[in-house]
This record gives sequence, structure tokens and C-alpha cells, in this order.
Amino acid sequence: MTKLIVDGAEIDVPADYTILQACEAAGAEIPRFCYHERLSIAGNCRMCLVEVKGGPPKPVASCAMGVKDLRPGPEGQPPVVFTRSPMVKKAREGVMQFLLINHPLDCPICDQGGECDLQDQAMAYGVSGSRYAENKRAVEDKYIGPLVKTIMTRCIHCTRCVRFVAEVAGTPEIGAIGRGEDMEITTYLEHAMTSELQGNVIDLCPVGALTSRPYAFQARSWELSKTESVDVMDALGSAIRVDARGREVMRILPRINEDVNEEWISDKTRFVWDGLKTQRLDHPYVRENGRLRAASWPEAFAAVAKKVGAATPERIGAIVGDLAAAEEMFALKDLMGRLGAASIDARQDGSALDPRHGRASYLFNPGVAAIDEADAILLVGTNPRLEAPVLNARIRKRWRTGGARIGLVGERADLTCGAEHIGAGTDSLTELVEGKHSFAKVLSGAAKPLVIVGAGALARPDGLAVLAAAAGLAKGTEAGWNGLAVLHAAASRVAALDLGLTPAEGGKTAAEIAAGGAMDVVFLLGADEIDVAPGAFVVYVGSHGDRGAHRADVILPGAAYTEKSGVFVNTEGRVQMANRATFPPGEAREDWAILRALSAQLGKTLPYDSLAQLRAAMFKAVPHLAALDELLPAEPLDLDGLKSAAGKLSGEVFVGAVPDFYLTNPIARASAVMAEMSALRSGAAREAAE
Amino acid sequence: MSVRRLAAVQPEDFEFTQDNLQWAERQIAKYPEGRQASAVIPLLWKAQEQHHGWLPEPAIRRVAEMLGMPVIRVMEVATFYTMFNLEPVGEHFVQLCGTTPCMLRGANALKDVCRKVIGEQRHVTGDGKLSWLEVECLGACANAPMVQINYDYYEDLDPENFETLLEDLRAGRAVRTGSQTGRSCSAPLGGDTTLTDETLYDGSRVGKWRKRFDETSAPGDATEPTSEGRPAELSRPEAKTSKGKQDAEALPDAGGAKPSEAKAPRRSAKKTDGEG
Repeated sequence: MTKLIVDGAEIDVPADYTILQACEAAGAEIPRFCYHERLSIAGNCRMCLVEVKGGPPKPVASCAMGVKDLRPGPEGQPPVVFTRSPMVKKAREGVMQFLLINHPLDCPICDQGGECDLQDQAMAYGVSGSRYAENKRAVEDKYIGPLVKTIMTRCIHCTRCVRFVAEVAGTPEIGAIGRGEDMEITTYLEHAMTSELQGNVIDLCPVGALTSRPYAFQARSWELSKTESVDVMDALGSAIRVDARGREVMRILPRINEDVNEEWISDKTRFVWDGLKTQRLDHPYVRENGRLRAASWPEAFAAVAKKVGAATPERIGAIVGDLAAAEEMFALKDLMGRLGAASIDARQDGSALDPRHGRASYLFNPGVAAIDEADAILLVGTNPRLEAPVLNARIRKRWRTGGARIGLVGERADLTCGAEHIGAGTDSLTELVEGKHSFAKVLSGAAKPLVIVGAGALARPDGLAVLAAAAGLAKGTEAGWNGLAVLHAAASRVAALDLGLTPAEGGKTAAEIAAGGAMDVVFLLGADEIDVAPGAFVVYVGSHGDRGAHRADVILPGAAYTEKSGVFVNTEGRVQMANRATFPPGEAREDWAILRALSAQLGKTLPYDSLAQLRAAMFKAVPHLAALDELLPAEPLDLDGLKSAAGKLSGEVFVGAVPDFYLTNPIARASAVMAEMSALRSGAAREAAE
Repeated sequence: MSVRRLAAVQPEDFEFTQDNLQWAERQIAKYPEGRQASAVIPLLWKAQEQHHGWLPEPAIRRVAEMLGMPVIRVMEVATFYTMFNLEPVGEHFVQLCGTTPCMLRGANALKDVCRKVIGEQRHVTGDGKLSWLEVECLGACANAPMVQINYDYYEDLDPENFETLLEDLRAGRAVRTGSQTGRSCSAPLGGDTTLTDETLYDGSRVGKWRKRFDETSAPGDATEPTSEGRPAELSRPEAKTSKGKQDAEALPDAGGAKPSEAKAPRRSAKKTDGEG
């Protein structure tokens, strides 16, 4: 610990702190542009100048100087830092004038206006006028991809974006070419960025040089209502803030959640919002003579009631999609139970995971934050860069700090985290289990090994065997450590398994329900990634006119994740609440309410009239869902039981769960931005193949 | 300087010649494993040398590939250093110094010559022989104004001899490097003005100063370690230096008092001037 005096108050901080961190710990506000907690220190904006006694006799860039580099006074007094002295004020004013020499005064037409660091700090620390009469520099705008719009004249060369893509995203594509006044931020020959995290540079940019292209000129930050929520684009459950104006979601931003997403979100999370406005189901539909006709709610319910009444319980099935909240899944399960139907399944990808094997068999057991302390990581049948890009950034962060080896069994891919490719199929997994591969020693010798199993590795006939093999590798030498980490691809999955949305005794699995001739009535709760064979009467409850709705005989329009309050459980078992930012369009209703209304029509009324009542019932059934934002450890895994249940490994190669990162769910498939990104990516892949 | 961009027309591909490739491998081998990126400047320089004095875009990619660097990092280096030419240059690439000493000695007139003979900056003559660029100080201010053409300096230029030089280069005639007025290095223009005394070089003065030094440095002199009873101020470092300086000034004077009388009065006269 190092003692120093900041603005007269003595403070004791760790010796590895910088002066800026020490000042913040002391409660002093230090303006900054280039400094960012999660990036390396550049020290090039000079805005964080402070005056020190016991250091250089000039203003010191506090972000770049450590407290241990300060000298004590002649009698051993602690070094003294001033953040409000006349020298500091003058220095800040000087830096601000320099920064504004070439910065355009286009705040009225700048998308950053109102949330601009430069604007705010110029107000707080700048002078009222400019002494600069010369022309301002102008810089050509660069194309760096369809997501990030550039107005490079506004750039103040803080290099946060350069450092972000190189350090966090692991795709060093942005650079600063030229020098001095002519320095320009660009990608090589203005190629589009390839990172799945590139949208974060928009948040990092302290000025309006990098802004959101889809959001350009759409809204002002102060006219938006902000709702804190969680993301459902992947199973990570990143903390997000949904900004809406009226009934429209205008943009999605990350919130800080150190345990999950730090402060990053993936591009799909950030830019999917235009998909919330298109392809929406805003009216119930009933299929008549092969065509879907807009109908009223009573008509639609009557059509469903007629078919359900005619069907025997064994021939009624339900498949739950990837974006469903716990409430509607609970309501659906309840309804199916009351109908006497056993065939309900939330695993539309055919995953082998089953709540029978205990909660520890389907969770990311150590928790996402534990990646930081893992000393060996094995990825099995997963490409976290596509399945959960923010999680991949965390693996990369672990790799960059050194001391951890990362192995990959599965498709060869650039994971940006130095993963050693061990093999493509289960043979390599067997080699590891039998200790034949050199990486087996790394795993067995590790105190806290982490074995991340992708959804793709489990959605196959030998899924349980893969899970058992992975669990065996993940024991580690530390007592009580369970490094088995299942990385789900669907946001609804963990909650579904918690609620037991798997076929009951005599019930059929998702694939069996969807197969031809198996069912008379099939309920699809937002299930769009499965094709129900012709024959069954399909009731689709969902928000988007996607595959499920095309197949449907009755469409009951539901709410998307930004339009309902719902409980989601992320891949590590963290229960989080998504909040309503806007209302569903047109006649659409919240999914649980649709199921409640339908249950009354079917004569099996669900015993809850409000969301609060439903939640009370749900928390009673599954108590741990009430532990919001807490990470409750699961019961220890019964490995032997799992092994005995598991069959043999098939020897087939692993296939990732996410073939196209940008088009994984109905909302993303409705988004023009995601479609453009997908086309760009596949085009680039084609080019690379040629 | 202005914004530097890659040339609009680029070659299809770039490959190092076999010799250069071996040279490059030797450069890369100088750096420890994982630090190969340190060789980026030598490699870019070699690529430029090989490619007629300018750096094409495929070469940037090739160097990035050889060093395992992100290509944008190599691009940053290539655009940062102005000695990497990103556009084609003439066979004789004139870098004309326009910084203050050269400017005062007539660099602006040389620019006019360039414009007349070659054309505007960064423009290659039709025959591909010449192009020119104004650069910052090349460190030959004593021989201003000067230009650098490829690897050689051409100094003491005036519009006439510079134009002749350019025409000679264009025609492929032999030219002399260095000063164009015939002086050696930075020797004074009208011949030597100091150290002209022959005895300096004939060996007759060797050891004389030493003898004089031994005589004057009696025990208790300032050059000795501080002894007791000496005033405190004299033991201060600055006091010592000032004393030492006097000695140093006195010594050669005394040593060469008789043979170089001409020198002594001049020096003392200067001193009085300074004091007055």
C-alpha cells in the first residue's frame, strides 16, 4: 500500500495504482479521454494532468504515472497530488484548447451530442472561447463496416478503438496511419472490421467520430426512455439498456455487469433492434383454405379450442423456442400438464441435456467470472466467438494475462485466444480422457481447469457421452472445483431445464413431436428453428413472422424480449430479470397472458391472473428462480450416474451450434442490419476460399 | 508534411529477390522469438530499395506476412516514416532541404529550379528519371543549401550548378557528390582560417604544454585535493571549475607564448571585447 495526499486528504492505495486511480479512490474527478479501465494505458490525450509534489515539476499525466513512482517529501511525508490547483486548471484548459483546435463545432448535427465526453468536459474544464483563427483540419471519413459510422474530422486520436480491437476483440484491424496532425484512424485499406464485438468502439469513442450507423440521425439521447434489461441473443445474458422512444426501440447499449459481460456486448445484441420493428406479428391469424387470414383473438382461440378438444392428450405436443422467458414456459408446462399432455420439449436442437442428471450437468458451473482464474481451458465442440462473443473476449483476456493454455476440440476457427487445435471429433476427446494427448496433462495438472462444452457438442445422439467425458476432464486438483461449463446457445434453455420442460413419462422429444404423423396439435412457443412435418395443427405463439409462423395454422402474436417483463436464466444459472421497454405492437400480447387466456378457452384455466401471481406460483415450484442476480452453486455433479447413463462416443466430428452468428433467432433474421452483416461475412468467407 | 496515401496504381504482387530474402531472414533472426516485428523497418526499407525507391502496397502485406504482424501495424509504420515513399519516385529522387539554414542560403531558388526542370513536387518526369520532394533538415547545414539524391548529398548548390547537376543526372553523366564548389567536407570556403600554424603539425610543439603544466602545478595548487584552511567557497565545485578554466586558458597561451605570438594578442583582444 502506498500513502499519498490527494487534495489535502490522505489516502492509502495499492502500490500498483496509477495516480488517476488513486485520485478516483480519493473521490477526486479526473477528466480523461484516452484512459479506459479495461484497455492498456496510452497517455496521449493529456486531459488527466494533475500537479504533484514528489514527482516531475510539471503537470503529470495521472493515467500513466504510478503512485509508487512518486517520491516522499524530505521528512518522509507522503507525496502530494493536487487536482484542483490553479496549475491543473490552466493545464486542463490548455489541453482542451488544443483538442478543440481541430474538432468541428458540429454538435447540433452530431449523434454523440448530449452524451459526448468532449462536450461535457469542454463545459466542465474548458474555456469559453477559442483563440484559434486558422482553418480547422478536415479528415476523410473511412469505411470500417456497416455497423460503425465514421466522421473522422471529429476524431481526437485517443486510440481507444485501436486498443479495443487489438486487445479485447483480438482482431487488430484498426490502426492510426500517418502522424501528428495528419494521423488518421482507419482499417487497412478501409476493409470492414470482422469482430463480433466491433459495436463497442461506438461506446468507447469519447467523441462522435465513431457512431452507430443504423442509429444515425434517429434520435437524441435525452429523448429516449432507458430501461435496464438483459439480452437474449445468446445464453450469456449480457446486461443491456434498452433505449426507446414511444413504442420504438431506438438502440441497445451495454450495462456494466462485472460477473457477466463486463461492459461489452456483441454486435447482435447491440444492432438487432431493427428486427424488433419488422416482420412483427401484430394480429392473430387463422389459416383458412391454405392461407393465413387476420382474425380476432376469440376466433383464433376458438380455432385452437376446437382442435385441442378433438385431440387426445397423447397427440398434443409443445415445443419451446430459444427466446422464451421462464414465465411463459412455466405457464405452457402448466397448461400442458392440465391437458394431460406429456410431450413438451424446450430442446428444439435435440440437446441431450436433461434435468434428471442434476442442475450441475447443464450449467456453466464455475460461472463466467471464473474464466479469469481458470488455469487451463478446453473448448469442446464450441466456437465461443460465435456462440457468445463476449464470453470469448473473457477467454481471450484470460489468455492474455498468461499462464493458461487453451485447447480446442472441434471445428478449427480463429478464436483470438491462442487456442491449440487438438482435434475435430470425439476421438480427440477420447485421447484426452485416456491421457494420450499432451494436453491431457495440462488438464489433469490444473487446479482449476475449465471445460467448456458447446451446445453443438450436446445436440447429437452421443451428447451425454460427450458431457460425461467433459465432466471427467473438468475435475481439477482443487477440492470442490467443478470446471464443467456448458455453453448454451439459447437464452431460454437453462430456465427451461430448471422448470423441467422436457418430455414427461411417455412424452415425446422435440424431434419426435415435429416428425410427421406424430401429433394432432403442436404448440410452438417461439420455436422457429425446427420444422414441424405436415399433418399436425400448429399453434404458433411468438413475436415474428419467421419459420414457425409460416408453418402455423393459428398464430397468436406474442411479445419480444424488450416488450415483456420476464425471468431469464443465463448459461451459468444466474437468474436475471428482463424489463419491458416498449409495448408489443398491435393486438400482440405478452405470451404468458395469451396462454392464460387460451387456458380459459380450453376449460383448463391457469390459476393466476397477473404476472405477480404467476411468478409466485413459479417461485414456489422452482424456488431458486426467485434468487435474482445471484449465482447459486448447483448440487455437486453425480458423475458416475451421468457416465452410466451416457452411451458410447460416436466418433463423429463436432459441429458448432451457431453456423451463422448474425442469423440465430427470429429477431435477428428479421433485422436488415444482421442480414447485411451475414452477407458481408459469408461473402468474405467465399472470397477467402477462392 | 501532408496526408500521405498509398499510390493509386499498385503492382499486382511483390516478392523479395532471393538475395534480399536471405538478407531479410538474417535481419529477422537478430530479434528474439516473438519479437520479429522489430524487423519491420529494415524489411520495409529493403522492399523500398528493391522496388525502385518506393513502397508498394503488396510489399506492406508481404512484410506483414513475413513478420506475423497485423497488416495495419505495418501500414502504420509505413505511413508514419516519411522516408518510406508511398508513391513512385524518379530514378534520381531529389530530396530538397527547405529548413531554415538552407532556406536562408537560397533553397527557395533551388525549388524554382526543380519546378522548372522536373515539375511539381511528387511528380515523376516523363522519362522516369527525376522527381523531387521538399524535406526537413538533413543535417548538412554548414554546406547549405543542399539536396539528397538517392543515397548522396549534393551541397553548396546554387541555381546554376543545381540545374547542371540535374541535367547531368538525367543524361546519365558522371557527377560529383558532396560540395559542388570544390571544398572538402565543411572546410571554410576561402581556405583555412584557423590552425594554420605549421608548427602545429611538424611535431615541434609536442610535449611543450606538458612541461609548462608540470612547472606550474606546484604542491597546494587548485588541481590538488582541497586542503584544510582553504576558504569554503573555493571548495565549491563552481569555484573549482572557474579556477580550472583559468588554468586551461592560461596553459596553451603560456606554452606557445614565443612561437605563436600572433595568436595571443588576438585572443586577449577578443576577451576584452567581450568584457567591454
